[in-house]
Amino acid sequence: MNVTIVDYKSGNISSVINSFKEVAKDKVKIEVTSDINKIKSSDKVVLPGQGSFKSCVDGLNNINGLVDTLNEFAITNKKPLLGICVGLQMFADIGYEDTETKGLGWISGKVSKINNQNGKYKLPHIGWNQINIVNESKIFKDIENNSHMYFVHSYEFIPNDKNVISATTDYSSNIVCAVEKDNIFGTQFHPEKSDKIGLKIIDNFISL
Amino acid sequence: MLKNRIIPCLDVKNGRVVKGINFVDLKDAGDPVEQAKIYSDGGADEICFLDITASNENRDTIYHVVEKTSKKCFVPLTVGGGVRSIDDINKLLNCGADKVSINTAAVQNPDLVEKSSKKFGSQCIVVAIDAKKVNDCWKVFTHGGRNETEIDALEFSKQMEICGAGELLVTSMDRDGTQIGYDIDLMKSISSKVNIPLIASGGVGNLDHLLDGIKLGNANAVLAASIFHYGKYSILDAKKYLDSKGIPVRI
Repeated sequence: MNVTIVDYKSGNISSVINSFKEVAKDKVKIEVTSDINKIKSSDKVVLPGQGSFKSCVDGLNNINGLVDTLNEFAITNKKPLLGICVGLQMFADIGYEDTETKGLGWISGKVSKINNQNGKYKLPHIGWNQINIVNESKIFKDIENNSHMYFVHSYEFIPNDKNVISATTDYSSNIVCAVEKDNIFGTQFHPEKSDKIGLKIIDNFISL
Repeated sequence: MLKNRIIPCLDVKNGRVVKGINFVDLKDAGDPVEQAKIYSDGGADEICFLDITASNENRDTIYHVVEKTSKKCFVPLTVGGGVRSIDDINKLLNCGADKVSINTAAVQNPDLVEKSSKKFGSQCIVVAIDAKKVNDCWKVFTHGGRNETEIDALEFSKQMEICGAGELLVTSMDRDGTQIGYDIDLMKSISSKVNIPLIASGGVGNLDHLLDGIKLGNANAVLAASIFHYGKYSILDAKKYLDSKGIPVRI
């Protein structure tokens, strides 16, 4: 089996690479590439994302054929895909960071700034927060409810269909922090930075 | 609920961990990779490396340390010291740092903070501010605390937030190495001035100081070095103590 981490030149993905390689050891091949042929032939895809919604979407669009390839992989062929942080946010129809930007439109909804309640909550939301598992998800196998995960973000994904939400976290309001829709998975937190429990989530995804 | 973070800081020189008492009189306290691993296994919420003599010496050692550490530690790793350019930041991030802290260069060239936070995202740009009380206000110091500037630390904090810093790491030069506790007034003043998270640093000698930093100084994270390095307290000791005082921590 091989798992491809999409390298679309947007943000720092070395921690994602290190964590997947740590979990995969020798049993699974981890590829890091923007080569659309390699993505097409892989079994699973990881879509990381750092920086702004717009810069990530631009990063995807700057690579010829990448968005079409991801659409084919996740929507047509229904192969497992995991989005992390802005990688998850890009599932939305639209994002409002800096300027209105069209997302991938895989899970209907929008990405807006977290309401900081007039400065009561500092942004970015940085640090370890507990997840509240609201729907069973395959990537939460053997993950206890209220586990701590590492977050760093100022924007939140608000899906229209609440059934896709698998976990929320409490910061100003109940922020969506994990989604599952068929073969598409996403975490707002960073499993690659969430110590052993985060590595377990990565293991669950690899083992799907 | 978001937890307050405990961050052990390892001062690194030529690839080895040292901790200065007021930035002189250095002692060797071991291998940074192994120490970072011990801390992350022990429950540290993040690890911080400060390359203390980066401005004067060969920088390559820190890249190797970061590279090796990031393959063993799966909690966030912040690296600072001698960060001068977009290229420096890029290299550290590529080696596996999750955040980079910018100190002197942020003072000399605030544009670097603006450009780097746009390029890499605010989440990985920490501005480290060394402040010292001069007369009735806090002034920003640069070059590891050696050079005084005329810049007011509170004003500078706000400016850095506007430039796109994701967090501020504030060190009191009056307290650093003294073990008599954080400069609470400084922390409180900066925390109320900005809407980004504040990491308090400089002066921790016991667990009550960590408590004060969070409770009185309104810091979102507390950074300490010596109390952890020399085995006085473990990270877990610190967390259990804070928990017993009603401070939310990850245990």
